[in-house]
Amino acid sequence: MFEMAGRAFESRLILGTGGFRSLDVMAAAARESGAELATVAMRRVDPSARGSILDVLEQAGLEVLPNTAGCFTAREAVTTARLAREALATDWVKLEVIGDDRTLLPDPAELLAAAEELVADGFTVLPYTNDDPILARRLEDAGCAAVMPLGSPIGSGMGINNPYNLRLIVEAARVPVILDAGIGTASDAALAMEAGCDAVLLASAISRAADPVAMARAMRKAVEAGYEAQAAGRIPRRLHARASSPEEGVAALAETSPGT
Amino acid sequence: MTAVILNGEARQLPAEATLELAVRAAGAPEDGRGVAVALDGEVVPRAAWSTTRLGDGQQVEVLQAVQGGR
Repeated sequence: MFEMAGRAFESRLILGTGGFRSLDVMAAAARESGAELATVAMRRVDPSARGSILDVLEQAGLEVLPNTAGCFTAREAVTTARLAREALATDWVKLEVIGDDRTLLPDPAELLAAAEELVADGFTVLPYTNDDPILARRLEDAGCAAVMPLGSPIGSGMGINNPYNLRLIVEAARVPVILDAGIGTASDAALAMEAGCDAVLLASAISRAADPVAMARAMRKAVEAGYEAQAAGRIPRRLHARASSPEEGVAALAETSPGT
Repeated sequence: MTAVILNGEARQLPAEATLELAVRAAGAPEDGRGVAVALDGEVVPRAAWSTTRLGDGQQVEVLQAVQGGR
């Protein structure tokens, strides 16, 4: 269980809903993942769209977390967050302010400005941020309810490119740290949790997997395993081997030692 | 007639058209569930849709939640 903005969550996996080929597959994967929160984007009404993602998520028992995906300026992101609050009756927002289309990396200056404005407007702000410990601190100081550093660029599946920076962020944060973006497979999610993250947000790794439902199950297990391993305290790395059987009482069976 | 830009398209709505009518014209669900509206870039609360009259050249964005994120 982890707490964020005064609320307790059983699952440490937050599901992005992008990239699923159908709402049915998304619902099945969502159930299998155990996630309690699912991100949605705000887009123009499509009269030809069939089925409501809100109904499907509700039936699967997930709560909606709107994002500001597609925003390049603080102003766009703030307006999108306010639209989401109006549409979905939630003041929680996954804040994204992107710097360019090619990398989809966050724009730090616009991100911080948007975070400050949204916090002042009463939002619970969960910012998608660079893996920059100083920016993470600035976002926390601005009143964000969590920090969400990327492992690697959105949808890249490259895992955690800078484990050192992630450790620095985790070490300093007094709010939950949620690894957001870059997860490719289960071991990436486990590594994020072993690094001390409180949760992981992912979608593509599940939604674009050959079998999304099976990958959702794998991710649930990986997040749990990584968290439990971190809590259990791993052994230190050593350069040389360390025998695991007793060294006393070994029988003298060889007449001469080989190589001597 | 009132000429507005509705979700990026030039549309002719009746004279004295309200925002509520524009929301329906955009194809949003009847109950407006999960829908939000920006008029010239500013959010208009649902309670004000039926009393907000549109003028020529105004930009209306009618949004809803869709699949998205990571």
